[in-house]
Amino acid sequence: MPDPASISCEDLSYAYPGEAEPALSGVGFEVRAGEYVGVVGPNGGGKSTLLRLLNGLLAAGSGTVRIAGHDPTTEPFEVRQRVGMLFQNPENGLVAPFVEDDVAFGLENLGVPRGEMRARVRGAIEAVGLAGYERREPHTLSGGEKQRVALAGLLALEPEILLLDEPTSMLDAAGRREVLDRLRGLRREKTILHVTHHLEELLDADRILVMNGGELVADVYPAQLISDPDLLARNYLVLPPLLRLASGLGLEAKKPRTPEDLAREIQHRSPRRTEAR
Amino acid sequence: MSVARSFGQFYPVASPLHALDPRAKILSTAVLLLGLFFVDSAAGLGLVAVAVVALVAVSRVPPLTFLRLLRPVAFIVALTVFFQVLFSREGETLFAWGILEIHEGGVRLGLFLGGRILLLVSAAALLTATTAPLALADGLEDLLSPLKKLRFPAHEVAMMMTIALRFIPTLYEESQKITKAQAARGADFAEGGPLSRIRTTIPILIPLTVGAFRRADELAEAMESRGYRGGEGRTRYRELRFRQRDAIALAATALVLAGAILL
Repeated sequence: MPDPASISCEDLSYAYPGEAEPALSGVGFEVRAGEYVGVVGPNGGGKSTLLRLLNGLLAAGSGTVRIAGHDPTTEPFEVRQRVGMLFQNPENGLVAPFVEDDVAFGLENLGVPRGEMRARVRGAIEAVGLAGYERREPHTLSGGEKQRVALAGLLALEPEILLLDEPTSMLDAAGRREVLDRLRGLRREKTILHVTHHLEELLDADRILVMNGGELVADVYPAQLISDPDLLARNYLVLPPLLRLASGLGLEAKKPRTPEDLAREIQHRSPRRTEAR
Repeated sequence: MSVARSFGQFYPVASPLHALDPRAKILSTAVLLLGLFFVDSAAGLGLVAVAVVALVAVSRVPPLTFLRLLRPVAFIVALTVFFQVLFSREGETLFAWGILEIHEGGVRLGLFLGGRILLLVSAAALLTATTAPLALADGLEDLLSPLKKLRFPAHEVAMMMTIALRFIPTLYEESQKITKAQAARGADFAEGGPLSRIRTTIPILIPLTVGAFRRADELAEAMESRGYRGGEGRTRYRELRFRQRDAIALAATALVLAGAILL
């Protein structure tokens, strides 16, 4: 069993070299195994910096990070076996000229024997729905497909934790849906920390962390966040259209999830409601 | 994609040559390239030429396509022949007109040197036409790995080749995009002399280079986060198997070459 506290940070601070203002200051939180936690906030709020501290791409200025009990700065390899990170631009994260070779890249780094590697590569490619794409070259794929190849490369390593750094921000609507569907299938199975600008991607998250100015300004349930106009406004967060419409109509913002829900709610509230026939 | 093909010059068909272990092919080619310098008779060169023609036939690369692969060196071959014919003063005089003299020895030497260059290039083209670039990188890494003891970065060289292969099409697409963007703003790439043509590529090269650095940065992050720490303790997804037929191919190359040197 993994440690119940999958990710834990305490009083974490970091300043980029040559910058006076810290990119991150005094951030502390815990994520338990199997949790799905969103991270939102304006650009420059420290979201990406936080993720890079969690897997040791950056070393904390002060404070502590523990990933399943390991310190990413002193044991980066231990941490990277347990943590998969999905980046904004999948194009620049794919290393090999063919899909299957790229999915195998992480396994090669870990020194996995070839026989086992074949099975895990096949499994990971199937898990993201790209069976038959093994010999395709990355530059011939759509954005959504590239991001799924990147995801397969992570899943092949069987990580406990996924760090997602705006993985849908450079994709079109179809690509976004593809990637989000695959990620949704991984809930509970993996601990997920999902940085995004799209609040609607996080409506069913377990918790949402709000970061602004390098600080963790809120650690709340999605329902709390979307029904707190003040918190939203202070952090330049915009509700998804449906919820915005609902709250504009004075309806409870957290309730409607689909356009039909909203329509029903409006009908219900309407004073001159037509009788059901 | 046509882009990738013109760079890698790999011709993907199934043939006995394609099926050989890349290491056997790299070694054979290397032996041939070095050995050709010791072949000093026309008969020897002829023997190698017969062997190369036979191999092209076996490789199932259409002869015309193969000749097209040699086109980039046609100029050098022509130049070599031309200079030998013009400036060599050996043997009987075949033709004289003012200061221009063509001697029999010059013609012979010119054809011989031209033939040698053509064979050198054909051997190299056979290797790249029948070996997938990724296999070439793997084979090279294996063959160079004994040099690791001398601190030669064999793994790094192979990794660089792999990454270059991966990003050539991506950067090509980007250069097309930039070209279109510049053209849309009135840049003219088609006109002017060579110098002004070179000048117009600068507005393409600069953003392309800046973009490549940004990509490199992100690639490094992704590689590191996927547990990359150099060649140490790494396993390989693709398997290279040196079979009997590979040994036979290597031995056959050595034999033909030895014959050619002795002739």
